[in-house]
Amino acid sequence: MFTIGNYVKVSSLEEAYKLNQKKSNVIFGGGVWLRLGKKNIQTAIDLSQLGLDTITENENEFSIGAMVRLRQLETHKGIDAYTKGAVKESLRHIVGVQMRNCATVGGSIFGRFGFSDILACLLAFDCDVELYKAGRISLQAFAGMKKDNDILVRVILKKSPVEAVYLSQRNTATDFPVVSCAVAKHTDGVYAVIGARPCQPIIIKDEYSILQNNTAENIQQFAIQAAESVAFADNTRASAAYRKHVAAVLIKRGMTKLLGGDK
Amino acid sequence: MQIKLHLNGKEVLADVAPDMMLLDFVREQGCYSVKRGCETSNCGLCTVLMDNRPILSCSTLAVQADGHDVMTMEGCQEAAEEFGAFLADQGAEQCGFCSPGFIMNVLAMCQEMENPTDDEIREYLAGNLCRCSGYQGQLRAIHNYMAYKRREAKA
Repeated sequence: MFTIGNYVKVSSLEEAYKLNQKKSNVIFGGGVWLRLGKKNIQTAIDLSQLGLDTITENENEFSIGAMVRLRQLETHKGIDAYTKGAVKESLRHIVGVQMRNCATVGGSIFGRFGFSDILACLLAFDCDVELYKAGRISLQAFAGMKKDNDILVRVILKKSPVEAVYLSQRNTATDFPVVSCAVAKHTDGVYAVIGARPCQPIIIKDEYSILQNNTAENIQQFAIQAAESVAFADNTRASAAYRKHVAAVLIKRGMTKLLGGDK
Repeated sequence: MQIKLHLNGKEVLADVAPDMMLLDFVREQGCYSVKRGCETSNCGLCTVLMDNRPILSCSTLAVQADGHDVMTMEGCQEAAEEFGAFLADQGAEQCGFCSPGFIMNVLAMCQEMENPTDDEIREYLAGNLCRCSGYQGQLRAIHNYMAYKRREAKA
């Protein structure tokens, strides 16, 4: 359990940013992950007064505030329709409804956790993040950046012509995934995202366009090659070898669903 | 820190430490139905409703409830007893330790969904662990309770 010396509900992002420059201060989202650690937090910075707890939609994109709870994202009809259930699928296995009413999108994405289902899922779509200082950058670039003292303001899910399927493997329902997998079809090609390796999600492109011909053999070949090309590691939940095997199965299932083709 | 919230319909003003959990706060206020069954945000025993949404009070700071409505089982005795009778009819209650958190989440589910399937019920209640039972009695009790509520609404 953490300790907190001071709790500040900031009235502006500038105030939050200034406070966040100190190493012992922390932006406090839902607090679900933080509470599992033992951090001594000097000042917990609360963004709840900044109106970042809503999802707005226009004709080009969905804008998801950092304080939006995972359950809000899961039950958002517009996002569910645009992602054809992929976002919902990535969230509904996480612990329980009560926990997903606590954990925030900002906390889940800013943490860039390897186990994050929603990070792996959103990497399959065309997404940006809006940072207070660095401005708007792609989610892919953000995922690769080192954690700094900037503030994640919102996540933007663009309505690009993308189709994606999300799948995960868990040792028991509601546990962390041992492998997460999102597969996506963009106008410039097809790719797979593999997360919970157990470290950060990684993107594998279909560089040789073997999936342009979506036969079962080609999907199988891509799945095995993709899984082979990714580094996996052991942890208490699964071994690297198991993860590699499962990853190939998930990529194959996902691609078969995404691209159709003969079974 | 000063906080002001509605707890079971009553306005409460209190001075709390910034790292006090909502669970410990509501227990201090006499709501002993709320319990800590794990240390990993997994068991659902500490479920309370904040602004009508079920949350984990073990993972929410008391200061985060500032300005909100919090409901524990003490605040909805009538509904809890009504559903509790359906649980008892199916022999679903064994040690009873997980019941308050479970009941709070069932009541939240009934507000959110009208006629859920078994799978939808299982998914909604996946964050409520019961170590005595196999959940079958609970599932029957929920179906009976929801059917009863629908009949009641029609009448």
